Amino acid sequence: MKFVDEFRDPQKAKLLIERIGALAEQVLKQRGGPIRLMEFCGGHTHTIFRYGIAGMLPEGIELVHGPGCPVCVLPMGRVDDCVALAERQEVIFTTFGDAMRVPGSRKSLLQAKADGADVRMVYSPMDALALARQNPDREVVFFALGFETTMPSTALTVMQARREGIGNFSLFCNHITTVPTIKAILDSPGMNIDAFLAPGHVSMVIGMEPFRFVAEDYGRPIVITGFEPLDILQSIWMLLKQMAEGRCEVENQYARVVPPKGNAAALKAIAEVYEIREFFEWRGLGSIDHSGVRMREGWAEHDAERKFPIPNLKIADPRSCQCGEVLKGAIKPWECKVFGTQCTPQTPLGALMVSSEGACAAYYNFGGIRQVQEKQQQAAAETGEGTA
Amino acid sequence: MSADHAEHNGNGGAAASAATAAASPGGVAAGSDGLVRQPPKRTITLAHGSGGKAMQDLIRDVFVAGFDNPLLGALEDQARVELAELLQRGDRLAFTTDSYVVDPLFFPGGDIGKLAVSGTVNDLAVGGARPLFLSCGMIMEEGLPIDELQKVVESMRATAQQAGVAIVTGDTKVVHKGAADKLFINTAGIGVIPAGVDIRAERAQPGDVIIVNGFIGDHGAAIVDARGELALQHVIESDCQPLNGLVEAMLETGVDIHCMRDATRGGIATVLNEFASASNTCMRLREEALPLREEVRGMCEILGLDPLYLANEGKLVAVVAAQDADRLLNAMRAHPAGGDAAIIGEVSADPAGTVVLHTAFGGERIIDVLVGEQLPRIC
Repeated sequence: MKFVDEFRDPQKAKLLIERIGALAEQVLKQRGGPIRLMEFCGGHTHTIFRYGIAGMLPEGIELVHGPGCPVCVLPMGRVDDCVALAERQEVIFTTFGDAMRVPGSRKSLLQAKADGADVRMVYSPMDALALARQNPDREVVFFALGFETTMPSTALTVMQARREGIGNFSLFCNHITTVPTIKAILDSPGMNIDAFLAPGHVSMVIGMEPFRFVAEDYGRPIVITGFEPLDILQSIWMLLKQMAEGRCEVENQYARVVPPKGNAAALKAIAEVYEIREFFEWRGLGSIDHSGVRMREGWAEHDAERKFPIPNLKIADPRSCQCGEVLKGAIKPWECKVFGTQCTPQTPLGALMVSSEGACAAYYNFGGIRQVQEKQQQAAAETGEGTA
Repeated sequence: MSADHAEHNGNGGAAASAATAAASPGGVAAGSDGLVRQPPKRTITLAHGSGGKAMQDLIRDVFVAGFDNPLLGALEDQARVELAELLQRGDRLAFTTDSYVVDPLFFPGGDIGKLAVSGTVNDLAVGGARPLFLSCGMIMEEGLPIDELQKVVESMRATAQQAGVAIVTGDTKVVHKGAADKLFINTAGIGVIPAGVDIRAERAQPGDVIIVNGFIGDHGAAIVDARGELALQHVIESDCQPLNGLVEAMLETGVDIHCMRDATRGGIATVLNEFASASNTCMRLREEALPLREEVRGMCEILGLDPLYLANEGKLVAVVAAQDADRLLNAMRAHPAGGDAAIIGEVSADPAGTVVLHTAFGGERIIDVLVGEQLPRIC
């Protein structure tokens, strides 16, 4: 397939792995302990697991899977709000597919649908707008979530709704922002990440500049990275090269898509519709200042939070859940107390088990089968001892 | 089914019994105001499930005429099959059932009728059985156009003929608008397994090879495509087809097929996981060996779906000893349903109970059983 296979060439991968190996040896010699690289974005996590990249890397390089899966980090309370909206008689609740399964404290959207709520899966916010056009007697709410990548499309959709005078269309805004979240990770106690793969599609919108503080204030190399497996390998090589040469910069591996200054038209649309919230609640990470956006007052007629009563209850993460520590790289997914036992993709307790992009689900589904089995045997042995 | 007939059908209508629970009392279509109206002529109404004249006409004109065979035409409450005839063909009876609820009813490469016959025929065939007789239960939603029903019946007839099976007994029900989605079909099937054929999931052994009879994921992709929400440039056709002819050709080689299943819902990933856990071995797939159409791959790229989990309706996965593989492949490729047959991987001992994909990129990953439904990813 054109424009795809070029970025998955196994020969080029081999070459890159060799170069990564040589650089890693050099860097490891300079510093002792392992090199910990965090990919922030869930899309990167997906690629890493789908192509088995972690297993191809030389020893001493650890990949830490960050919080960049917007579905995973959605707190239970927000899912409850979605369900409450979806259960309103007049509402058609529209959402991207993978948000359907996220458990709330009562139920997921998938369960709400089974119970009779009108929940529909769409492929784009424009599909939701089309539904509003076709159903003038219903209220169509689109579940707007995602980082800066998806913000322009939802912003442009409400702008279109206003132009056409479609009053029965609104957004339930749960968009979150990348930069404050990376900062929260960098500020967290015990943070041990050496360098970052920055999200490619977020950068396509916001550009390179917002990541400068990671290199300049926190002394961590950072490379904006594409989503094909060769992109990931090349970025890892670029990070190691910075480390080997003692440099610390923002570099752009994904130059074929990311303009240094971002996308001015997209940024303008975002600024017109959205404003920063004082704080936003994250599953696993807790409340992070300025990490979400809401719709500006001028868009009240298309803002589900203003149009409908929202329960807005805070539901605490389960106590046994160690998602926060996994997200910050303090522990590996399978080192969590409940991984593979109480917390599985069928019955996710924590954020990271929820979507296939979450680090724990990815380990469980794609790679961690042995860890899962060991864990289950261990748990069985412990229960055995307990009852003996 | 016979119980159902005994309960509701005293008039000798072999192929159908009356709609019960959901049909309106008295067997006539009554509006919410209680007034009885003449139903529109060319759609299914509750009257067609009431056990009366309309139902008898429907059974005679659509089903009995369509499926046309003496066992059904006898119009008894059950089909009667000579045991001696069965015993000549093999030493075990294979019996299976499946229900079909696909939306839309018609899609590129097939329709619910073709699916209902092929699916059940295939469930029999992959066990090594020679499929012989099918039943057909139809649940129709009030308002279904009769010409659509006729098209489905004609498609079932043609597919049954292609597969060499007869639809020998049946049942119809009509339910209120909204109580079912247009048309649901259940088919059950009977076949006979020849002596000496022993195909079981637990028989996979380290050293065996894994074979598939052609492109994977076509049906699942065709259904997503046919719903028309993506407006893709290419039309993807379902692979829906009966496989008993192919299986017969495979058995004729005399190769000892260890395991064989048709990979329907859950795709080949699900079948291979079943083999791996039943035989306590590891199924190792090579990504570059997987037959995958460009357009199916393209759709999977767009939606973030994995073709290993996409449904097929005319694909089987077989496990055989390595030394038998070429002989079997040659026979498969000579058959229209196996033209693109290929070896897609090997069986190894460890890690037992798992399916491992060797990615074309050079890595490895575990292919686990699917949790829930595959849902398109957000970004």
